[in-house]
This record gives sequence, structure tokens and C-alpha cells, in this order.
Amino acid sequence: MGSTAIEQENGGIHWRDLALRLASLAGILVVLCLLWEGFKWVGEATDLAIGAFRVNDETFPHIHSIVGQLFEPSRRNGPLLIDVLGHAALFTAKEALVGFLLGASIGFGIGVLLAHSRLLQRGFLPYIVASQTIPILAIAPMVVVWLGGRGFPGWFSVSVIAAYLTFFPVTINTLRGLTSVDPRALELMRSYAASPLEILWKLRIPTSLPYLFAALKIAATACVVGAIIGELPASIQEGLGGAILNFNQYYSLEPESLWATNLIAALLGIGFYLVIAGVERLVVRRAPEHVG
Amino acid sequence: MSDQAVVSLKGVDKEFGTGGVVALQGIDLDIGEREFVSLIGPSGCGKSTLLRIMGDLIQQTHGDVVVNGKPPHQARLDRDYGIVFQDAVLLDWRTVAKNIALPLEMMGWNRQRRADRVRELLDLVELSGFEGHHPWQLSGGMQQRVSIARALSFDPPLLLMDEPFGALDEMTRERLNLELLQIWEASKSTVVFVTHSISEAVFLSTRVVVMSARPGRIVGLVDIDLPQPRTIETREEARFAELTRDVRRLLREGGGFDAAEPTDEEEYIVAEEGL
Repeated sequence: MGSTAIEQENGGIHWRDLALRLASLAGILVVLCLLWEGFKWVGEATDLAIGAFRVNDETFPHIHSIVGQLFEPSRRNGPLLIDVLGHAALFTAKEALVGFLLGASIGFGIGVLLAHSRLLQRGFLPYIVASQTIPILAIAPMVVVWLGGRGFPGWFSVSVIAAYLTFFPVTINTLRGLTSVDPRALELMRSYAASPLEILWKLRIPTSLPYLFAALKIAATACVVGAIIGELPASIQEGLGGAILNFNQYYSLEPESLWATNLIAALLGIGFYLVIAGVERLVVRRAPEHVG
Repeated sequence: MSDQAVVSLKGVDKEFGTGGVVALQGIDLDIGEREFVSLIGPSGCGKSTLLRIMGDLIQQTHGDVVVNGKPPHQARLDRDYGIVFQDAVLLDWRTVAKNIALPLEMMGWNRQRRADRVRELLDLVELSGFEGHHPWQLSGGMQQRVSIARALSFDPPLLLMDEPFGALDEMTRERLNLELLQIWEASKSTVVFVTHSISEAVFLSTRVVVMSARPGRIVGLVDIDLPQPRTIETREEARFAELTRDVRRLLREGGGFDAAEPTDEEEYIVAEEGL
């Protein structure tokens, strides 16, 4: 009947969509690699110099040598670099995940609170905005000292720093989402004598989900960056931040190691993003034009 | 009649803002049980505002409003109202069945009872087989039928309809008019129906309330004595034409003859100011 026709149509579009998306992803990746290598080739051939910057194997390693570096020993007779970075990435992922959960919950909570009171909104929003203008590097050492002095493990301080970067977009978008409810839908809920909690749960939160997920996707990548940056003042060696700091010192000897570390850090961020995007697809049921 | 009036309005005024835009002035109206009353008038005459006052969505500035023998606020808490707007206002993330069941969830009905009631209602609005669809998969007319089913789900004694078919094409509209009358006959509801269309008002109603341009006043009441039940042929009867003429004459006296060209904007501005 009508229903199956619609479903089949959706199914068809869905598969073609996915194939097209994967193809365009691969295509863009190839183009980016070609641009990188092309720039390197032209730069080296013409001895391109931009100020003190010169294109050579130190500033611009070959892509294959960056990827190849992952499968070299990290030090003489040591484990492969990819194993070392894999462990570091897992460590940072733990910090980032806890930071994400913490920041997203706090951000959501503040959003819900502000959505229910104009007064709180006017009073607090400026400070919430101001909190984000303070550089994270100025806050991080204080967080480390405060929490470290209270016996929290070092990685938890890093999670708190990641949470600090995570909560803001979630608060702003939760607030926006919760207040973007159709006023007539609110009137309908009132006519059913719905309680404020029912209105929040059955109307406001479902309405806010697309906004919330837009913020969670930003937060997913921000918490990874926050965790990496947070490791520096916390003097944590086990994570990607430690690895970056370490390979920074040896950059002139083996630049590929730092590039390879950046590659892994980027993949971690993309991984976080993809998880959120996947959850969004499962949770948000909306007309096709509102999704994506 | 005012003894068992479902809605009783006495000297109701409504002013918006401190500037004192007078939307309604001196409205006296009693609506009896099982009546189907249409409010008709030019844009900005406050007919939607009047409906909102009855439904406790906004408050009157002066005057008394009694619904089922109690203040509108209490009537709302007792769930005496089923409301249908011009747009269906369905929740996108819910299926048709779950949209219809929304008020029942609020009333604490269990799953089985909700499912049974939803099946009845889907039958009533002729949407059986679509319970698993999402709103965006339905046409405008189907969406509005879902919205009517939702309003009827808990058998409210009073159905408030604010131009429910205003956004639909003429053919869908006439079909839904007939369906609505069947639903009205089957249920025990009293209906208050806001419309821009003279023929729709005459066709559906037992009584038409004609209102004037701002400030909104009642210009006259027209008893529609067409035989029940109304059918497709009703619109071709001589009496139908006479009654249509009566309503049109009253509209002209009220100083608003743009009833044929609905412009909702003004009415919406008034409505929003009230929020």
C-alpha cells in the first residue's frame, strides 16, 4: 500500500546516498593528497621561499613517509609508533569522553535552567559568554592545582578542562532549541492541562534535539582538543598532548613523527564526531528536510 | 438556555497592550449544549481572540466568561477543551498514532486503553492504516484529520476550532466539512468554529455569529434552520442561498466585506500580542 511505497522509496534513496557520500569522501581525500604532494613538488622544484619558510622534507614530509612512520619503531628496539600513539589516543579519548559527558550534561542543565527564566537568562548569559573569552591556557593550571590538591587524578583535571570547552555550545543551543517551540503546540499542551515537566519532556526537549545535536557535534571535537591542550599544564605524559610535546622537541630530526601524531589526533576527533552523528541519526526523527 | 449554556459570555472586552487596541467590545453570547456555532467576520475582528478567551489561552480585560458552569481556567484543568488550529501542529517526531494519543498520555491512560482509543479515532477520521506514518508523510488534509482526532481523543465537551480548514483546497475542505458534521453527530461535543468562509459557516452551523471589524462586536446572530443531517445537496437548496445572503448582509453592515479574501496576518498579530 501507500506505506510500503514510501518506505521502499526511502530505502532506495538511502543506499544511493551512502554510496555517493563515500565516493565523494574518497574523492576529496585523493584531491587533498594530490594538492599536498603537488605543492611540495612545485615548492621544491622552484625553491619556493615565503619569508623563512621553505618547502622541504622537514616542513612538508611526503604523505607516504608520514603514514610509513606509524609503522616504524618509536625508538630503538621499542614498540611501533602506531602502538605508542594508539595507547596515547585511548588515554586522551578517556579524558575527552569524561570531559564530553561532564560538559554536555552541565551545558544541557544550564540551558534548561536558563530556558525557564528570562531573569536568569539576562543575568547569567553574559558571564557564560565571558567564560569562553578567557584562554583555556590561563584556566588550565588553576584547575590542575585545585583538583590535584583535592586528590583527584591528573587525568580528571584534563577532563574538567575539556568540559570547560564543551559546555558552552551545548548551553547556547539547548537554550535556543528549548525556546524555539511552536507557540501553538504550547497552547495545545496547556489545553491538555500538561504539567511543566510534561511540557519539557514531551515537547521542549524533542523540539530541541536537532539544535542539541548540532552543538554536541561541535562539542565532540572541542573536547578532544581540550583534552590534548589540558594535558600540557597537567604534565600528563601518557596522552596525545604528551606525545605532541615530545615530538615537538625532536621535530628537526624526524618531523614525520609529529605529523603522524597530528594525524592520529585528527582521527580521534573525527571518531568522536562520527559517534555523535550516528546517535543523532538514531534519535532524531524529523521530516527529511530537517535532518543533516 | 443560559442555565445549561456550555459557554456563557457577558460584556466581554479585550484590549491589547497599554495603548489600548480594542479587539473585542461588549460581547454577550450564550452557546448551548450540542450547538455548532460559527464565528465569522473580517480579518482582525477578534474572532480568534474570542475563541482563545473561551479556551483560557488568553484572558479578557473585562466581563464574565463561564464554561460548563465554571471559570475557563478550571474548565481547562478539567480538560473540557479540544482545540484545533489552522495548522495541524503535529509533533514531527511522533507517529500518527502517538500524536493522537498525546493528550491521553497526559491523562494517565495505560498503553492498551490508548491503543484501543486511537484505533477508534483512526476509524472515525478514516485514517486506518496510517497509524505508523509520520506527519510529514501525510497530505495537509490528512494532517488536519489527525489533529481533529487528537482533539477528540479524550471526548472533550467543547471543541474549539480556529479556521481548521483555512489552509486546505476547496475540494478537500468540502469533504472535511461533511466528515466534521458526521463526527459532531457521533460525539456529544459542542463546537465553536472560526471561519472566513460564509458558505462554510452556513453549511456547518446551527447558528452563525457575525462580527464587525475592529473593535470586534457581534453584529447579529443567524439561526441556521437547514435540516439535519446536512448533505452535499444542502448547498444547492434555496434556503441555503437565503441564509448565505443574510450572513453576507450582516457582514456588510459590520463594515467588513473582505470575508472572501482571508488575510490572517492581522489576526495573528493580535493573537501573538496576547501570548
